[in-house]
Amino acid sequence: MSTELLDRIQFGLTVSFHFIFPPLSLGVGLVLIIFGVKSVRTGDPRWRQLSTFWVKIYGLIFSMGIATGIVQEFEFGTNWSAYSRFVGNIFGSLLAAEGIFAFMLEGGFLGLMLFGGTRLGNRLWLFATTMVVLGATFSATWIVMANSWMQTPQGFEIKDVGQGSQAFMTSFHDVVFTPSFVPRILHLLAASWMVGTSMVLSVGAYYLLRRRHVELARTMIRVALPLFTVLAIAQVALFGANQAVEVSKQQPAKLAAMEGVYTTRTCAPMYILGWTDQSTQRTTGIAVPCLLSFLTDQNFDAPVTGLEATPQSDWPQVNLVFQMYHLMINLGMLFIAIGLAGCALWVWRQKLWTNRWMLRVLVASVFLTELATLSGWWTAEFGRQPWIVWNVLRTAGAQSPNVGTGQLIFSISMFVVLYIVVLYTFLRLLDRQIKQGPPPPSDEDEIASLPDSFGEIFRRRSRVSSGVD
Amino acid sequence: MSLELIWYVLYVIIISGYAILDGFDLGVGMLSPFIAHTDTERRIMLNAIGPVWDGNEVWLVLGGGALFAAFPLVYASLFSGFYLAMMLVLLVLIGRTVAIEFRSKRESRRWRAGWDLVFSGSSFGITVLLGVALGNVIRGVALDQSGTMDVGLLDLLNPFSLAVAVTAVAMFMLHGSIFLSQKVEGDLLDRVTMLVPRLMIGFFVLMTGLIGWTLLRTETFADNYRDRPWIAVFPVLALAAALTAWRQIRRTRYFTAFLASATMIAALLCAVAAGLYPVMIPSATDPAFSLTVHNASAADSTLTVMLVFAVIGMPFVLLYTAGVYYFFRGRVRLDEESY
Repeated sequence: MSTELLDRIQFGLTVSFHFIFPPLSLGVGLVLIIFGVKSVRTGDPRWRQLSTFWVKIYGLIFSMGIATGIVQEFEFGTNWSAYSRFVGNIFGSLLAAEGIFAFMLEGGFLGLMLFGGTRLGNRLWLFATTMVVLGATFSATWIVMANSWMQTPQGFEIKDVGQGSQAFMTSFHDVVFTPSFVPRILHLLAASWMVGTSMVLSVGAYYLLRRRHVELARTMIRVALPLFTVLAIAQVALFGANQAVEVSKQQPAKLAAMEGVYTTRTCAPMYILGWTDQSTQRTTGIAVPCLLSFLTDQNFDAPVTGLEATPQSDWPQVNLVFQMYHLMINLGMLFIAIGLAGCALWVWRQKLWTNRWMLRVLVASVFLTELATLSGWWTAEFGRQPWIVWNVLRTAGAQSPNVGTGQLIFSISMFVVLYIVVLYTFLRLLDRQIKQGPPPPSDEDEIASLPDSFGEIFRRRSRVSSGVD
Repeated sequence: MSLELIWYVLYVIIISGYAILDGFDLGVGMLSPFIAHTDTERRIMLNAIGPVWDGNEVWLVLGGGALFAAFPLVYASLFSGFYLAMMLVLLVLIGRTVAIEFRSKRESRRWRAGWDLVFSGSSFGITVLLGVALGNVIRGVALDQSGTMDVGLLDLLNPFSLAVAVTAVAMFMLHGSIFLSQKVEGDLLDRVTMLVPRLMIGFFVLMTGLIGWTLLRTETFADNYRDRPWIAVFPVLALAAALTAWRQIRRTRYFTAFLASATMIAALLCAVAAGLYPVMIPSATDPAFSLTVHNASAADSTLTVMLVFAVIGMPFVLLYTAGVYYFFRGRVRLDEESY
């Protein structure tokens, strides 16, 4: 096996495993902000109780995100040193910006958020939570910026320096706002919020099925379900569609692979299910006629560029991209159905709380949203191949020349074993935390005695009595 | 001052920030099996760093990002050249993060003992690996003309680098114990304060020996200290800070002792950086192949953008870092949210 393939396997494995967690914490974070706002507005201790419970789950998820996230920052250098040399001027600065603007904000306030339940009043706790979630959102923004530059690079020139060619930044604005950036960040944030809200739905539905914590579980669903439904619709109709248009303009070969279009044609169909074979250049399956043309240009007769316009050596693995894309699309449609069905049962004489089938579907929803988010990411990344920087730098040759097969087999095995152990333990602990359920509501007087403004923090002497201080 | 030099200085500041902040929590991790006797004591030590360890580790992430952006060729050569060592760093970083989060989630004694082992083992692991990496950078590596190297894991473990690693372990343990003296009380505090002088003596001997060894074996260092004698201010400052830390501990002024210990760490790293300058990774093959501040840095356009980021971002970072430490000041109290 070539080292390029091994490097790709390792990066794909580690980044996919990492990518399970950030969307989850972004979405759960959003729900925590809602709980916090309700808590401040109403003063009802139920909201604080929910926050206390979900913050523990958030902490668990977040620590997995940190643990697996640092791997990527190392891997650009360890596994893709030729790439790093080539793009250091551009890509590196976006990663550094992520560190200083996003991670520092998250890392700074995380302690206050996780340990705030017994130390902070409602307002300050909400503030700390908001800062952490803001940090996570900045982080997503910078990393999607960096990735979007790899998809639709601009604002640079290539110059030959002593040790090979390098990309130099000519316009920072262009590097940051590449054509794919805005559509992609919107699509990703909406996906993340769906993952998070479905996690809340899943836990709420689980309690209802077990008839435990019924009131709190209903509250969780009342908050999460409308959000989930609106997001599911907006994701397909707005953000997803918008991104498809962007891909058709900027990366026509990727769009052609997503739908298995080989010859340029008008009235191109969009498949619901299908199979495509790039050796025979044939796509079969169930399709809606002309829908792809409409999707990319709001016109059923619009031409869609086929893969024939691109040399075969520059094609991605067509069927892989096709399947990933359709998995995402079909799941996206399913989410709309789940959301609408759930809301209908809720409105229709409160059937939702007792309908065991619907509740079971809700329990499963978080696994499906995770799968949809991952398959969307895979579509974007497999669809970019064989380029590591679209039409600029090939993936083959971007790996570290000095890292051999033996070292790669060692590191891949290490990650596989480590991640299996870590994932298993994480799931066991998550399961335990959920089964333990929310804590009893805290004492209102006690909460009222906690500091709830910056002034109070500074006026107060150290809370902990000590003979030495 | 050229942009390259500014970024070299900023980079030394980031690395020092990392060593000062994560240094004490790695130190606490390494000390934990030796001075905590009961589960409660282990938890107190863990929660002493509980609200801040993640923020501290971010400095390492920032260090990685800043190296990638400001000195991409150093980043690419170093990370790919030390491949297996870097993979082991990732292993222990992941192990440590999950150990902190998982440890107290179950009551089982075996569970806790297992994760305690991972926590302290990985704290040692990170310190040793980073020490070994720094040692090899000071010593020089087999860098070829294209700026690549392939250094096996065993080549990394040479006596000089191991000496740097042992010194780093002693330094972080000392720093960690001084930090803990502000955080624990009762028997545990007695044990910590008893340990400080011993660690101090051990570290003192190691540090002095290492400074001598470095000046003897590394020509760049000797030349730099001869040509620019003013940089001797850094090692002298480190020694003075170490002595101050000792005095303040004896007077039970733990916070000023901690500041002194932090100054000592920063001064030592500055001493190394000043000794190497302008070289960042010396080539043992041919000095002409060395990666320097000049030939390995990013273009001025990138460095300028990054400088703007640093100027905007750093004050915020310092502000909320200070705020969080202020909020969690005082001795540890366990509650239902603790690790």
